[in-house]
Amino acid sequence: MSELRIRFDRVTKCFGSLCVVDDLELDIAKGEFVSLLGPSGSGKTTLLMMLAGFERPTKGRILVDGAVVDTTPTYKRDMGVVFQNYALFPHMSVGDNIAFPLQMRGVGKAEIAERVARALDMVQLSALADRWPAQLSGGQQQRVALARALVFEPRVVLMDEPLGALDKNLREQMQLDIRALHNRLGLTIVFVTHDQSEALTMSDRIAVFNKGKIEQIGTPREIYDHPQTRFVANFIGETNLLEGTVAGRSADGLRVRLANGAELTASASDNYTPGENVLVSIRPERIRLDALHGGDNQFTAKVADSVYQGNHLRIQLDEQAHDFVIHLDRKAEQHAPGADVTARFQPDDCWVIRP
Amino acid sequence: MSGTGGKGHLSAIALVAPLFLFIAVFFLWPLGTMMSQAVSDTAVLRILPQTAKVAASWDPETPPTAEMKDALAADLRAADDRQAVGDMTRRLNSAQPGFRTLMSRTTRALRKDDAPPLSEIDERWDDPRFWQAITGALSPTTDRYLLAAVDLERDVSGNIVAMPEEASANRDIMIRTFWIGALVTLACLAIGFPYAMLIASTEGWKRQLLLGAVLLPLWTSLLVRTAAWFIILQDNGLINAVITGLGISSEPLALIFNRTGVVIAMTHVLLPLMVLPIYSVLISIPGNLMPAAASLGANPLRAFVRVLLPLSLRGVASGSLLVFMTAIGYYITPALIGGAGDQMISSVIAFYATGSANWGMAGALGIVLLVVTLLLYAVYGRLSAAEERRS
Repeated sequence: MSELRIRFDRVTKCFGSLCVVDDLELDIAKGEFVSLLGPSGSGKTTLLMMLAGFERPTKGRILVDGAVVDTTPTYKRDMGVVFQNYALFPHMSVGDNIAFPLQMRGVGKAEIAERVARALDMVQLSALADRWPAQLSGGQQQRVALARALVFEPRVVLMDEPLGALDKNLREQMQLDIRALHNRLGLTIVFVTHDQSEALTMSDRIAVFNKGKIEQIGTPREIYDHPQTRFVANFIGETNLLEGTVAGRSADGLRVRLANGAELTASASDNYTPGENVLVSIRPERIRLDALHGGDNQFTAKVADSVYQGNHLRIQLDEQAHDFVIHLDRKAEQHAPGADVTARFQPDDCWVIRP
Repeated sequence: MSGTGGKGHLSAIALVAPLFLFIAVFFLWPLGTMMSQAVSDTAVLRILPQTAKVAASWDPETPPTAEMKDALAADLRAADDRQAVGDMTRRLNSAQPGFRTLMSRTTRALRKDDAPPLSEIDERWDDPRFWQAITGALSPTTDRYLLAAVDLERDVSGNIVAMPEEASANRDIMIRTFWIGALVTLACLAIGFPYAMLIASTEGWKRQLLLGAVLLPLWTSLLVRTAAWFIILQDNGLINAVITGLGISSEPLALIFNRTGVVIAMTHVLLPLMVLPIYSVLISIPGNLMPAAASLGANPLRAFVRVLLPLSLRGVASGSLLVFMTAIGYYITPALIGGAGDQMISSVIAFYATGSANWGMAGALGIVLLVVTLLLYAVYGRLSAAEERRS
């Protein structure tokens, strides 16, 4: 896992005066599944296009296996790309689509037939080799595109929101399928998405993009549990953010005084100095509602709204509890609006962020 | 419209009625008239109804009978429409040279009250060949124009044979027409395909500008464009001034009154018909197919040959068809810019129609052109139907 495959070395890409990728550094190891996650316009797709060779960096270098590829044309880069709308060739059958990259590489006819059959088998489409792309469903087209990008065993597989056009169930199935292929074949995959749950499901590491820069890069667990910026905390999942100042340290963690004078204990990675302005992030599912317990890290409040959402109960508290959003087990008792409750959470589940 | 029932139906018909009427009066009717001219042959029968009756029982191998001569004399005396007589004479003269003098002498002689028998007016009336020409022209329908349009004729015994080489050049001109049409189509394709790709690859005002540049010739009169080429291509015109001025060639190039000039000018005029269909197909091709081909290892040339070209063939086919079908009907441009050896079939049709009032030949040549065009169109329909079945 540690062998370096791709390095973005201070890469900048500007269109006119607008820089969509700004002085960006990123290393990707061989066999790693890295998701580039961010809102549209954050530069993640542009980065992928530069890696594929469709765009040239304005500044900086991209290295693949130690060699600078900036002047290498796309067709010599040996990268499988899965496009957003699959980009299957409509005038070729499914089998011919998958054979195309092998034909371009001068592979012999017998070997092409064998490898196409294997690739079709891998995506469970062996029966459809003679169909035209237009005769396939979206999910099937997606599988063909995947087989076509994998059949020539590229050094890197690039995926540009490949699941965006699929409906939810199919998308979740494909996420697991691609994840399984990655594990089985040891592929290096760079995956662009704006769907945070997709990134969390599939990736070894997630790079969260914002305005052309990487806000944070880390494992899904690091990104979700220990966001380093307000943007990451907000973008990945739902969270409650409280503004406060550092009051001091205690045995359990950092003491933070909130705007209304209340104090709570939170965990933090960095050294924070007393008086420093900070944000505290508390995930909705880490908050409990139960009887008054004594001690801090709890607020009494009234329920403002309560919504049943199938797998959980979403409860919104009033301003006494900072308009907290809480996710409760769906079997928990209904809390009618107006009910008096106490919201309680562990210091471990409060994470301090620099604003 | 279906909801409103019969009334809606009626108003729909009323709406398209002007169009149908227009097409019927100004297109279908003249077309039908011209086509019937090509096979109708009543010029002789109209003037010689009695002769027709008598001659029906005549054996063409034998000398003409006295009854036939009497019937002919009676018919000619009864004829008072001089133009119709002229038409008949022209028709007979084209079948048997010498009829013009024979007829004028005969009609002049017959005008006198005590006219002598035909054999005394002119001894040619005893020659069976002249009578064969008359009986051959008596049938109200004929295939002689259609045959002549492709350089064929019937011999005395009615078999279809090739015309003597010096008699007609229709087939050569026809081949020349298709050859020039093919050259122009190829030239349009060679220029139009890259240009359509260029337009499709641009956006915004650049695309508008490029489209406007190709549409501009369509908005200018054909005559003006041809006249402009006349000025540009002549020996002391713009192109030759540049070439001699730069010292590329000391002599001006022969660009006008020859095939080169015709192809250049026709290519310019017909280019929009090639560019627009190809362009409209190109912009319908998803933009990520060429990047996909590149990512799969296809260099630009192979990506073009394997992906873009096959996908744009529909536009290439309809563009080529449009250009070719329009080109083979061209008249003004070859007439102004071409030499004597570059005249196309339309100028022959124009000659027959306006120059020699031979509507039969004009119609027959028109039919040949029409048939070729329809055949091409049928082939195209077949091809595009086959392609549609695939997707």
